[in-house]
Amino acid sequence: MAKYVEVPVGPQHPALHEPIMLRVKLDGEVVEGVDIVTGYNHRGVEKLGEKNSWVRDIYIFSRICGICNAVHAQTYTQGVEKLMGVEPPPRAKYIRTIVMELERIHSHMLINAVMAEAIGFDTLFMLIMRDRERVMHLKEIITGQRVHADIHIIGGVKRDLKPETAEKVLRVLDYIEARLKHYKKVFEEDYTIRKRLEDVGKISKQEALKHSLVGPVLRASGVPSDVRVDDPYSAYDELKPNIVVRHEGDSLARMLLRWDEALESVRLIRAAIKNMPKGNPVPKAIKRAAGKGEVFSRVEAPRGELIYHIVSTGGPKPYRIKVRTPSFNNIVNSGFAYIGERLADVPVILTSFDPCISCTERVLVVDEKKGLRKWVPFMALSRGEIRVA
Amino acid sequence: MRNKLIRYSPWLVHFNTGACNGCDIEVLAAITPLFDPERMGVKLAPNPRHGDILIVTGAVTKKAGERLKRLYDQMPSPKAVVAVGACAISGGVFAGSYPLVSGADKVIPVDVYVPGCPPRPEAIIDGILKATKKLEGGGEGD
Repeated sequence: MAKYVEVPVGPQHPALHEPIMLRVKLDGEVVEGVDIVTGYNHRGVEKLGEKNSWVRDIYIFSRICGICNAVHAQTYTQGVEKLMGVEPPPRAKYIRTIVMELERIHSHMLINAVMAEAIGFDTLFMLIMRDRERVMHLKEIITGQRVHADIHIIGGVKRDLKPETAEKVLRVLDYIEARLKHYKKVFEEDYTIRKRLEDVGKISKQEALKHSLVGPVLRASGVPSDVRVDDPYSAYDELKPNIVVRHEGDSLARMLLRWDEALESVRLIRAAIKNMPKGNPVPKAIKRAAGKGEVFSRVEAPRGELIYHIVSTGGPKPYRIKVRTPSFNNIVNSGFAYIGERLADVPVILTSFDPCISCTERVLVVDEKKGLRKWVPFMALSRGEIRVA
Repeated sequence: MRNKLIRYSPWLVHFNTGACNGCDIEVLAAITPLFDPERMGVKLAPNPRHGDILIVTGAVTKKAGERLKRLYDQMPSPKAVVAVGACAISGGVFAGSYPLVSGADKVIPVDVYVPGCPPRPEAIIDGILKATKKLEGGGEGD
């Protein structure tokens, strides 16, 4: 007789907005182990990138994730620019930074809203989503699109920031800042939220480092690590962002840290608009071919460190692009955090990691007979070294 | 009679079949207070068995395609399907990639297509209202 009860959570589940499945092993109500099953969202983006040209790949890679699309485009274009020897004008760097920071604000607001919904606080969910629409509006007036910014092109940005638009952005930011402070206070003081989040899914500093977690999850466990500071890109070397660190390491710390980071982003956008250099950020011609070489490019996405490794053998197409997204580390490696918690806390812990499943998908080979599972790289699959029965 | 009742409060089932999240956050934005479709009785159903309208976002992957078919079969008739976004219509930028079956209409019958990458929340609400017209006209008779 089996000792455990296995409960599948997902792939279609009201608390999860994306297709992931958690196979939760239960002893009574206490979680004994979690199997994280992905693969519902695998779209073969890396292979698609090899088939298309350098310029078209900007749009393919930014569609890895709709929430952090501008950072994907940034990591890709800054790598390709290095490969092609193109330097974007300083004004373009500032505009890219503004778009990326707006994205960070709306991403952090979204996950806090989803968390409010996951613990059954629907009013707060609706309120945060209402204010988030203001951020989406700012993104729209700057880039022309609400979600997919698509403002990056090789050697600059697609459109300039007009002074009237900048003024409007500053005006709306005042409102957003007040609301962010209010929501932070709600998360700090509300009895229900504290009861559900405090001391749930605790991760110590050693565990976070051992399982190579990244981004807000790592910083909430007391490790100051932020690519914007460690390895500045775009306009961050001049804007000097502050790292927000918390030491509790529980779900509440992760959510509060995101509010603090959103407030820091408001400061960065204000500074970027104030110190914006003059000049034309839109390049006259786009370079379409790259020489031989390989680059390593990294960016701090809202969820953590995003890495691209781009290999070129010369010509109009990339040879290989390897993407390592923050959610891949945070979700697939996080199985240990659920053990010993209650079943009702599983969606809360998953939400506190800010899952972005569209970033997480990799090829998983399952050998049913041996009960063996392993992750395999795309190249091995495409060379036919591994046969999937 | 039943169709008439559903017209006033169509409940939604939202399934992401391999989207980039762009359409998903817009579907989520479309049910929030700024657009407020709840005034027309539109809200998310807690279970596919309670749903009237299935919203499909994203390029349909082979693995999620099986789930999509199962989810559709679990929903009671009359039901309507809205494909939201370029990917759910034809595969979008991912068309031709190896893990995809491309559009949602390859797996289940689709009634309303909402184009865009991603479509605006207003367009999604318009698509939902068009789908309620189909519910009004009667089920599929099964």
